[in-house]
Amino acid sequence: MSSVLANERDNIRKLYPETFKQAKKSRTKGQIIFFLILIYLIVGFFTLDVVDIPKKWKPQNAAMFVLDTYAHKDHVTMKWESPDDIKIAFEGNYRSVYGRDNLDKSIPDWFYKNSDNIGKVIEFNNLGKAILYKDRVEIVNFPKYERDFTIKLNANGKPYVVGSENLAKSELKGFRITENRVEFRPTLHERIQVYPKKVEIHRYSLGWKYFWFDFSSPLEPYSFFEALALTFSNERVIPEMSNLKLFLTEIKDNEAFMHGRVWWAMLETIVMAVLGTMFATVMALPLSFLAAYNVTPIKALRFTLRRLFDTLRGIDFLIWSLIFLRAFGPGPFTGIFAIGFTDTGTLGKLYSEAIENTEKKQQEGVQSTGASKFLQHRFGIIPQILPIFVSQSLYYLESNTRGAVIIGAMGAGGIGLQFLGALATGNDFENVAYMAILVLAVVIFMDRLSAWLRRILIGSDQLIVR
Amino acid sequence: MSKALPANLEQIEVNLKKLTNQRTRSSLLGIAILILVFFGGTLVSLEANAGSFGRGIANFFNYPKDLFVDTFEMGWKYWPRVIKYIPELITTLNIALFSTSIGFVLAVIFAIFSSRNLIRNKRVIQFTKFLMDVTRSFPTLIIAMVFLYLMGKSSLPAVIAITIHTAGALGKLFTEAIENCDGKPIEGLSSVGATWTQKIRFSVLPQVLPLFLSYGILRLEINVRESTILGFVGAGGIGEMLAALIQWNYGADVLACMFLLVGTIIALDYLSAYWRHKLIGVNQ
Repeated sequence: MSSVLANERDNIRKLYPETFKQAKKSRTKGQIIFFLILIYLIVGFFTLDVVDIPKKWKPQNAAMFVLDTYAHKDHVTMKWESPDDIKIAFEGNYRSVYGRDNLDKSIPDWFYKNSDNIGKVIEFNNLGKAILYKDRVEIVNFPKYERDFTIKLNANGKPYVVGSENLAKSELKGFRITENRVEFRPTLHERIQVYPKKVEIHRYSLGWKYFWFDFSSPLEPYSFFEALALTFSNERVIPEMSNLKLFLTEIKDNEAFMHGRVWWAMLETIVMAVLGTMFATVMALPLSFLAAYNVTPIKALRFTLRRLFDTLRGIDFLIWSLIFLRAFGPGPFTGIFAIGFTDTGTLGKLYSEAIENTEKKQQEGVQSTGASKFLQHRFGIIPQILPIFVSQSLYYLESNTRGAVIIGAMGAGGIGLQFLGALATGNDFENVAYMAILVLAVVIFMDRLSAWLRRILIGSDQLIVR
Repeated sequence: MSKALPANLEQIEVNLKKLTNQRTRSSLLGIAILILVFFGGTLVSLEANAGSFGRGIANFFNYPKDLFVDTFEMGWKYWPRVIKYIPELITTLNIALFSTSIGFVLAVIFAIFSSRNLIRNKRVIQFTKFLMDVTRSFPTLIIAMVFLYLMGKSSLPAVIAITIHTAGALGKLFTEAIENCDGKPIEGLSSVGATWTQKIRFSVLPQVLPLFLSYGILRLEINVRESTILGFVGAGGIGEMLAALIQWNYGADVLACMFLLVGTIIALDYLSAYWRHKLIGVNQ
């Protein structure tokens, strides 16, 4: 048996002190590196203001952002000077007002006259009600609230909660009272604001309303599948065009989600990635042969090409896209060439390394038949490296899709720019979420597509590196 | 034998012909699809592009020329300008290094919980894999822009975005590394009654650590580029400076920033190749 006992270990230690010292040395080295990294992390923690996260993190903002991505809201506005004229608008948009005559848009059923025939009720999804009167707003029936509230304007025209002096703070939770505004927001989904000039009520509901057909669309009363069924019917919804055409144009020209524009932008981004990768592959293929020592005997040429690849790769696609943006203006060409130039460098380097790693025997076999140099490369090298070429190019196709989104955001157009635009408006977060999901889906799709193509073309979906 | 051979040969010839035909057909189909994609894409680009293609080609050298002319006009006064932007560069590098480190640690945790040879529970593996897929697929830019909107302008959104993306991207590679590692040391440790953590510490980690570090260094190189780009949308560092300089049309300064960037990226490229070569003995 070759087991080592404890007392024998000491003997071994005495016999081979060098070995043990070395082991200890490398262990201390590891520990020192570990501590250096730890120190760096602490420094980074402070220099990058990570400590400020709680200060900068505004939960209210984030909650609103998240809320708006999965819910939509209707605004109900009443001006104190004209209490009969109550406006109900989708997302507060002046173009999407319910009950406005020319659109023939019926008033939603959560807005109705109170049983006393004077007040007007806005019923929330949690069955709480806000009742609007000429001189006051009543808040009734909210779950988790034992009493009802009334908000009025005082003699100075400022809003106040009736009887709030006698109420404990815990009973007034959900209220935010300042001099010029009384806000009642029991949960994120209901919001009642009373100002000296007007009352504004936000009523949230789940889901993306008007995702398929926008507010003013003639197809809006129908659901997606009802509208789809209508395309097979002979009766035209509007006399000007056939139902199918109407169906498609209404989806395309949707004002809220802008499907036509978003999908066109997505297409632009995909085109950038695909054509950019194609461009890079076509450029890198011949150049990589010229840069490989087993094909090209001229050393100067090889050296120049190697440095060219390094430069193309080193000038990041960020800088390429800046240069091309000046030349081509915003559009896919900028993206195509930026991706193409960077990847010519990357792929050229990888390809030429692959060519240098090929088996020499095959080429010699072809040579022995008296084939010319060209034929030797055609039948001796290309069959060996083709799988690597395909696998590398397809692999880059996937990461270039992400790159194209970024180039787009920097000004080349496409979905990146659309995303930036939607985020900049500050209230179209459902569009932001829609585009983020779309980008995610397309990136995952490209990932799967390239894996699938690799599998059917070269029999393995792994990236082949030799 | 001698009679069977010709028949066999004939069969072989027929098979060969069939195979060749099949290959030619599928190659032709592939080429046709590629050409179709190419022309379709070109049509889309021509439709969507603001400027025309021909004018773009003609204008290609204008901007670089302007930059170089601006620079040459400055003469020796140029070099202090280059030095002026080094602090910005350091911020960018700092963002990249910090978020790569944190992302590295997260990725190790992800990888441990999604490796089939370490975790028995399939649900946990599926969930972690899904998490990695999602974090990996989002472009950093999108995460960064959302956080920039929520937190205001600072470097933090870039740190968060790069960390999230790095965790997913490295996690996937680490998982593969762990799943491909030798199972015998784990068995050996199991036989002496080692706990789960001890098994990871003494059998898995020594095997995969060089590979992990090599992937990490490669990721650092990518993240330096990423953090520059995130600077462009307002996350600070040399990217933000470059964006501003381009808007103000300060040609010489733009070129200075570009030089710094390209120099850093090329230096990092060589350094990372060298380190990785030392760590795992091969270049790729």
